[in-house]
Amino acid sequence: MVIVGAGQGGLQVAESLRAEGYDGPITLIGEEAAAPYHRPPLSKAILAGTMEEAQLAIRGAEFFERQRIALLSGTRVAAIDRSARQVRLEDGRRLGYRGLALATGARVRRLPISGDELDGVLGLRSLDDARRIRAALERAARVVVIGGGYIGLEVAAAARKRGLEVTILEAADRLLARSATPFLAAFYADLHRSQGVMVELGAKVVGLDGQGGRVAAVRTADGRPHPADLVVVGVGIVPNTALAEGCGLACDSGVLVDDCARTGDPAIVAVGDCTARRTTTGTLLRLESVQNAVEQGRSAAAALLGRERPFTAAPWFWSDQYDVKLQIVGLSADHDRIVLRGSPQDRRFSAFYFRRDALVAIDSINRPADHMVGRKLLDHKAVITPEQAADENLPLASLTRPGR
Amino acid sequence: MAKVTFIEHDGLEQVVDIPTGWTLMQGAVQSGVAGIEGECGGSCACATCHCYVDEALVDFLPPPSETEEEMLGCTASERRSNSRLSCQVRVSDALDGIVVRLPEAQS
Ligand SMILES: Cc1cc2nc3c(=O)[nH]c(=O)nc-3n(C[C@H](O)[C@H](O)[C@H](O)COP(=O)(O)OP(=O)(O)OC[C@H]3O[C@@H](n4cnc5c(N)ncnc54)[C@H](O)[C@@H]3O)c2cc1C
Ligand code: FES
Repeated sequence: MVIVGAGQGGLQVAESLRAEGYDGPITLIGEEAAAPYHRPPLSKAILAGTMEEAQLAIRGAEFFERQRIALLSGTRVAAIDRSARQVRLEDGRRLGYRGLALATGARVRRLPISGDELDGVLGLRSLDDARRIRAALERAARVVVIGGGYIGLEVAAAARKRGLEVTILEAADRLLARSATPFLAAFYADLHRSQGVMVELGAKVVGLDGQGGRVAAVRTADGRPHPADLVVVGVGIVPNTALAEGCGLACDSGVLVDDCARTGDPAIVAVGDCTARRTTTGTLLRLESVQNAVEQGRSAAAALLGRERPFTAAPWFWSDQYDVKLQIVGLSADHDRIVLRGSPQDRRFSAFYFRRDALVAIDSINRPADHMVGRKLLDHKAVITPEQAADENLPLASLTRPGR
Repeated sequence: MAKVTFIEHDGLEQVVDIPTGWTLMQGAVQSGVAGIEGECGGSCACATCHCYVDEALVDFLPPPSETEEEMLGCTASERRSNSRLSCQVRVSDALDGIVVRLPEAQS
């Protein structure tokens, strides 16, 4: 078995192959120098300086040895030859496979504007990126974050906690436009403003101005310059689909897979940020989360062994900013009703989203128990009314009991 | 650095050296202790790193934060008085020689 991409998803495929009883050779190939590591702390504890790099590793060297997983770090796969069932490495070597997993992740989307290449303009995806941003934060006084998505917001929080002047420039009329509800977005705009961050919505960036090769300011469409000595660009990611496209696998904003992580080629599965999943109901889901990489990794390993293990759990995600923990479960798009449990003023509440009286998603702010119970409610398609969701005297857990 | 003995639900024992400042979860998963998943990487967001610490440690360790306390109410296996999330317990020399038991299921 060969796995391309040694991140969260690729490692999960390897581990799950062993857990499912596969005893043959496993080769995990990754372009980065580091062994598979957790990315979420890159924008949180690593920037805050409260975590050492060694703590990021998902598994240690002895684990790979014991599980007989051959890890080829610092190695890039250049192409896939499906008819010969081989992958070609950048150095020309070829490796045969019986089953192949693509777990190539995604890369930072670049800004299509002038000045993108100036020193001090950075994106955040890898440990190397995080090192550069952390070093820059140590010297910077004024930080401009372009893009109000989760990564941008987390970087803004880390920079603000270091006492720097921080501006978030978001082109849409709200934060988190691609991934959260307007209600949650408004909560985060308030949170960041209350922490002293300048949050500018509808701020379209048109250029970056430099001085001696270093960035000096970000210019928006209204002509205003926003002075900066560090600019972090967080305008989304682009799935790494070149290998899949190069060998003729279907792609549509990601390598197309079904609920069992299968591509159109029975010998090839794909997992994580590089995929777009066509669910049984026909919708195309592009999730960018740890849970997605892990769940698809488990499905993919099963599929490579000829078993069906569909990913049916409700999607979940978390984000940490300042002392606010957000946990999201479900898909809130198209909701028609919001019910609150707890108090937004106290920054401790859950927003329950309903569509035609059916619960579709829950955003929990500093209410982890609501989130954990909510995952059960959604996974088991439990019946819960908006009135029950709002009733603090009714323990949510009572609704998950069997027999109801 | 502390030597920590993890005992899986099926009785399998593993002794792991964990550097000071790391969490029990980090030490366990990096060495491949199977009974801990640690899906969220230590963000206190998934409760798949549940463990049972020595009874004698319960009062010695800094108590769980509010978040950990709430997450402990939602573990896959039974919560006991000595339940902790292993990603929230930091290792120091004082923990050298402790025994940590792992639950039957994490998710
Ligand atoms: C800063 C940051 C914070 C995040 N915070 C959260 C969070 O709080 N909660 C959450 O749920 N998710 C979070 N995420 C998202 C989560 O980390 C990703 O969804 C997850 O890592 C995806 O795993 P993956 O295996 O698909 O991709 P990756 O982990 O990106 O792994 C892909 C690997 O493949 C390698 N690769 C690509 N092409 C090749 C090739 N041709 N040959 C060899 N190797 C190749 C890449 O170098 C990379 O190492 C965060 C992500 C980032 C960047
Ligand atoms: S690792 Fe997720 S809660 Fe401990």
